[in-house]
Amino acid sequence: MTKSRQSARSFQSDYANSPPVDQVGVAERAARFTARSIKTECKRAGLDMVLNMIDLTTLEGADTPAKVRQLCSKSEHLHDSILGLPTTAAVCVYAPFVKVARKALGDSSPVKIASVATYFPSGHTTLEQKLEETKRAVGDGADEIDMVISRGRFLSGDYNYVFDEIASVKEACGPARLKVILETGELATLDNVRRASDIAIHAGGDFIKTSTGKISSAATIPVTLVMLLAIRDHFFKTGKMVGMKPAGGISKSKLALHYLVMVKETLGPEWLSNEWFRFGASSLANDVLMQVAKLESGRYQAAQYFSKD
Amino acid sequence: MAKQTKKKKSIGWEYAPAPESLAQANIAKRYDHFIDGKWSKPSGGEYFRTTNPASGKKISEVALGSNADVDKAVKAARAAYNGAWGKMGGRERGKYIYRIARLIQERAREFAIIESLDGGKPIRESRDVDVPLAANHFFYNAGWADKLEYAFPNRQVAPLGVAGQVIPWNFPLLMAAWKIAPALATGNTVVLKPAETTPLTSLKLAEIIEDSGLPKGVVNIVTGAGETGAAVVNHEDVDKVAFTGSTAVGKLIQRSLANTDKRITLELGGKAANIILEDAAIDQAVEGIVNGIYFNQGHVCCAGSRLFVQESVYDEVMWKLKRRMETMIVGDPLDKNTDIGAINSREQLRTIKRYLKAGQKDGAEMYQPACDLPSNGNWCAPTVFTNVSQSSRIVQEEIFGPVLAVQTFRTVPEVIEKANNTPYGLSAGVWCDKGSRLFQITGSLDAGVVWGNTFNQFDPASPFGGFKESGYGREGGLHGLAAYLDM
Repeated sequence: MTKSRQSARSFQSDYANSPPVDQVGVAERAARFTARSIKTECKRAGLDMVLNMIDLTTLEGADTPAKVRQLCSKSEHLHDSILGLPTTAAVCVYAPFVKVARKALGDSSPVKIASVATYFPSGHTTLEQKLEETKRAVGDGADEIDMVISRGRFLSGDYNYVFDEIASVKEACGPARLKVILETGELATLDNVRRASDIAIHAGGDFIKTSTGKISSAATIPVTLVMLLAIRDHFFKTGKMVGMKPAGGISKSKLALHYLVMVKETLGPEWLSNEWFRFGASSLANDVLMQVAKLESGRYQAAQYFSKD
Repeated sequence: MAKQTKKKKSIGWEYAPAPESLAQANIAKRYDHFIDGKWSKPSGGEYFRTTNPASGKKISEVALGSNADVDKAVKAARAAYNGAWGKMGGRERGKYIYRIARLIQERAREFAIIESLDGGKPIRESRDVDVPLAANHFFYNAGWADKLEYAFPNRQVAPLGVAGQVIPWNFPLLMAAWKIAPALATGNTVVLKPAETTPLTSLKLAEIIEDSGLPKGVVNIVTGAGETGAAVVNHEDVDKVAFTGSTAVGKLIQRSLANTDKRITLELGGKAANIILEDAAIDQAVEGIVNGIYFNQGHVCCAGSRLFVQESVYDEVMWKLKRRMETMIVGDPLDKNTDIGAINSREQLRTIKRYLKAGQKDGAEMYQPACDLPSNGNWCAPTVFTNVSQSSRIVQEEIFGPVLAVQTFRTVPEVIEKANNTPYGLSAGVWCDKGSRLFQITGSLDAGVVWGNTFNQFDPASPFGGFKESGYGREGGLHGLAAYLDM
């Protein structure tokens, strides 16, 4: 441990020089996004975008093949009584269910299959096992891998370990895109969120993601803003776009629209597509569908008219 | 900026208009003075228009105050001071002030709409800043009304008498609250003259004062232009003068009161330095720059109009600032998404444009983000000048518009010298991640208010006021109460 800490201190990459973050200032900026008023056609376009950015997720110990098949069906048929709705961006499942999902969606679906790997959600295992799980998920047909970082190593200052681990998983992903879950609820400060973001981006993450959804403190607007700023700085320096995925705790349309406001005003409209922005959510889709139905019909419909999967 | 490798097709996702409804804004066609608890016609029978700066259209007309009107108002204030109000205990006074505060809260939406309509500021600001803060000033001062002996222990305190108050057009309701609330809490009576271009929320406040049952004559509101203000200030039976406005007028007032025993507080112009050090949290500092200069179209006496950026982070600060400015929405003040509203008057717009020319003539580089300005009304895009010199007029003089002048510095002593090299001394801001250095710099700046890692924060409990040509006396907090007391 002592040895690795010393190496972290002597390491001189960009992420060791992550800029400071002022928590009060971030909260103020975050409040401005939620003050934007999203109305009429702008709201409808936003809601369609939100649906199309959702990684429809089931990550329970009690998941069954049948539940995963239902989820796949929902991802392509969100609410067929409203014409012209998009599909979700992806379904997100545990690695053992990737085969089931691939069979359900086939090879030509616009819906991607994302699999959590690296011993989600704790990540407590050896690097070999993490790589093994990642390769298996990709081999089974996963388009995207959602990995967790080793928070214990990060908090102990062993940034090199965290960097190397992400880089190794990225290599194991092959063609699959890698989302790096920082589990910001365990990182304690926004300075740490910024540093972890920089590490994940530099180590080759295609997306950075806030949370596993398995602890109570999940995605928030301030945390997401800090991560978006890391993405923006990286883009400015290298011209390389990195995606963002807030996950957990976003279950209402209004909040989701405020996230889009934040993405647009921080990164620009180029990021407003599911190639670069995702919501990790299980119950958000139905709330958005209720809002869309309201805009279409002028009336709110009861929750029982929307399928729960 | 690195070239974007591939341009993805994506929609711009422009925000749809989100205008605030005018249904709640109850504005009369014509307003008289509010004197002695009654609406009182101007002695000269004259009225003047107040217009919407976003459209140039007339909103209403208000009474033009003459010397006779002011005299009547001061007499009413004196009678109230000698009568019911003067004899009333602090606890009773407090009740009335609390009542005014609550009534402002109840009618907050109406006040916000009228403030934006009459003055041009974005509804987001009048709704989230001006009106709540005005109510808070009444709440805060109400709490002191019966506790003055604790506020100033071992001192004998007494009110001064009749306060003559003249307020500006940049925060019409808020400035009225800053002036009236402490005066009432300390037992004084008031004659207030709102600015010529923004009289409506003061007159709406008069309606609330009427509804609150405040004894007649305690607060009198006389509308008019400069001459009316001069009549208030120079009236021989006024004991205390409180003025917020330009340094030029402040000097006139000081000259005319030089041989009187009137107590006086002046809150005048400013040209605040906003200093960004290289270790600052740059993204949040950029937000602070934007809030510092573009809040309320830059019509803010404590606006951070001079930006000093440490050389090593200059490029980063500038690209981030320009990008942030591109997201700002200029337009209809009543749209909830508007960031920068209308310039308050045509005259002020002319002044600002004069400075834009002067800056360019001095060789500074001007940047404005591409934005569509409405065709009617008074508009100015957010503006940044770089490559400016300390001697340039846009660095030396108060512009009172959305215009920022940027300079760089290398060392801390250098920036302190530059920051203090101004006739003004109202406010300043410092952005720095290291606490010890932050306090070292803030302590070296000659300014009444210095913000650390933030800007334009106001609280009723915090005194506000300036040094040098920014005036003297403090408003807010205990200092603000003391300005209305004889001790």
